[in-house]
Amino acid sequence: MSEYIEHDKNGVSVGLVEKRYFTFAEPPECMELEGGAKLGPVTIAYETVGELNAERSNAILVCHALSGDSHVAGYYTPDDPKPGWWDLYVGPGKAIDTNRYFVVCSNILGSCMGTTGPASINPATGRPYGLDFPVVTIGDMVRAQRRLIDHLGIDRLLAVIGGSIGGMQVLEWALRYPDRVRAAIPLATTKRHSALAIAFNEVARQAIMADPDWRGGNYYDGAKPARGLAVARMVGHITYLSDEAMRRKFGRRLQDKSDFSFNFDVDFQVESYLRYQGTKFVERFDANSFLYITKAADYFDIKNQHGRGSTVRAFAKARARFLVVSFTSDWLYPTYQSRDMVKAMKKNNLDVSFCEIKADCGHDAFLLPNERLAALIRDFLERVSHER
Amino acid sequence: MSGEETAAQTTAGLRFDLSVIAGWIRPGSKVLDLGCGNGELLSYLKEHKEVVATGIEVDEERVAACIHRGVPVIQGDLNEEIEDYPDKAFDYVILSRTLQQVYEPDRLIRNLLRIGRRAVVSFPNFGHIGCRLQLLLGGYAPKTAQLPYEWYNTPNIRIISIKDFHRFAREIGFTIEAEVAINTDSEDKRGRIVRLLPNLFATYGIFLIAPRTGNAATM
Repeated sequence: MSEYIEHDKNGVSVGLVEKRYFTFAEPPECMELEGGAKLGPVTIAYETVGELNAERSNAILVCHALSGDSHVAGYYTPDDPKPGWWDLYVGPGKAIDTNRYFVVCSNILGSCMGTTGPASINPATGRPYGLDFPVVTIGDMVRAQRRLIDHLGIDRLLAVIGGSIGGMQVLEWALRYPDRVRAAIPLATTKRHSALAIAFNEVARQAIMADPDWRGGNYYDGAKPARGLAVARMVGHITYLSDEAMRRKFGRRLQDKSDFSFNFDVDFQVESYLRYQGTKFVERFDANSFLYITKAADYFDIKNQHGRGSTVRAFAKARARFLVVSFTSDWLYPTYQSRDMVKAMKKNNLDVSFCEIKADCGHDAFLLPNERLAALIRDFLERVSHER
Repeated sequence: MSGEETAAQTTAGLRFDLSVIAGWIRPGSKVLDLGCGNGELLSYLKEHKEVVATGIEVDEERVAACIHRGVPVIQGDLNEEIEDYPDKAFDYVILSRTLQQVYEPDRLIRNLLRIGRRAVVSFPNFGHIGCRLQLLLGGYAPKTAQLPYEWYNTPNIRIISIKDFHRFAREIGFTIEAEVAINTDSEDKRGRIVRLLPNLFATYGIFLIAPRTGNAATM
């Protein structure tokens, strides 16, 4: 996911929010991970917006994507230059109306925005985990989220919603905890990565690991693998856009010059854009977290993890009402991948709605202002909140 | 069927042909509407008959309208989408005013009766006197309120009359459980049931069909 966030044009916002922490699995009671390793303690950074009602029936879990965090909407301080990453869609009167719903968003396991990840201190050594951090899966992320939802006293979520890797968590919730999810809204996502998606992730990881400053993941006491992480982010940004979006945004326009430089400085605007995005990302994200989260996304496979080789069998467990949304120009998770999961839901007689939104901005469309997406989410939530 | 007039009277606001269809649907049943448009019929059935509803619609705008009305809907081509459902997944599958636009009607009808215990099929009647006279007297391909296109831009690629559908039923091998022929005004809001020479005077034919008993498996 990219960063587009700006202040709401109409000035509508949830206002000030606070990042909170919840810690569980204190040794010796560690969290056993799907890969077999044990992890503990586990701290989850999370934020909540709105009020949980007396019946505890209006909670919506928002799942963030690769580089997101728990800061889904609002501001930490009145002077913040930017609100949370999905402020466009979460707030009073917005698609996810915080006057009606209690919104929870937590930072995923393995990330670096407050939840335990490779940059956290390993209690066994007193130093950052680095590559001693166990490989985690989307399933592990969701299991950790479930602990948080338990902690908040929520038995059943009204909805789980998220795009991209956030959408994978939505699917995982619907299959792993079918009785705890009334509605599931996976956006711009897939039931498992294609070779194309794995390939881009691998190029990005190789860029990080080829940086001499990476030093096998033990760089926390020195220089960060900034160049590698920046290149990884550049690769990501290409996959988040689309041919049309790039043509419209950059074309072959040159950056601050009228002719080629005949050297390897920035010539084209698209080069300048990617370099800027790469550099900016390095300031806020941990390279090892990037490795771990992309790996979790590559491993994600509903068919094999939940259906013993069959997507249809995997969805036999699901009980939620689904709203699946794809975008026409998303070439990272193209529409056919959404249709694949819709097909499996239909074969299981599940309550499923599917919409392919015409948008030329690629995979990132779910983060951009989109009236259609907002209406679909709003209207679907309206229905499921009235149906039991 | 004697209930359709009563049904039509109690469904104020609903398009006349849809009110006839609504009269056939048993409360609490499971209904799929192929080419459900903005979800008018399904939302009516959900509210008044507590059906479990799903629509298939190809147009994004209309899909959003369905979701707005609280109707579950899948965006896609009905010929393809219908393939995914298991046998007998629905009590009724509705194909309203769409048969005349379908490339493989026989295949689609068979699929309708595979996934539904019953199907409702309606289409503009090409045997209507208006069509006949236009071709006979004018010599041009007919253009009517129900079929308002020129031959070169019409989506209606199949020419079906009520009589054709009866023959179709015999050839494909399905049972017509009920049928109503209607004549509607130009906006189709109001209408009446045609009992005299329906193939000549009805603008639409509406049929409730089912697999022939005993050979459901071979349908």
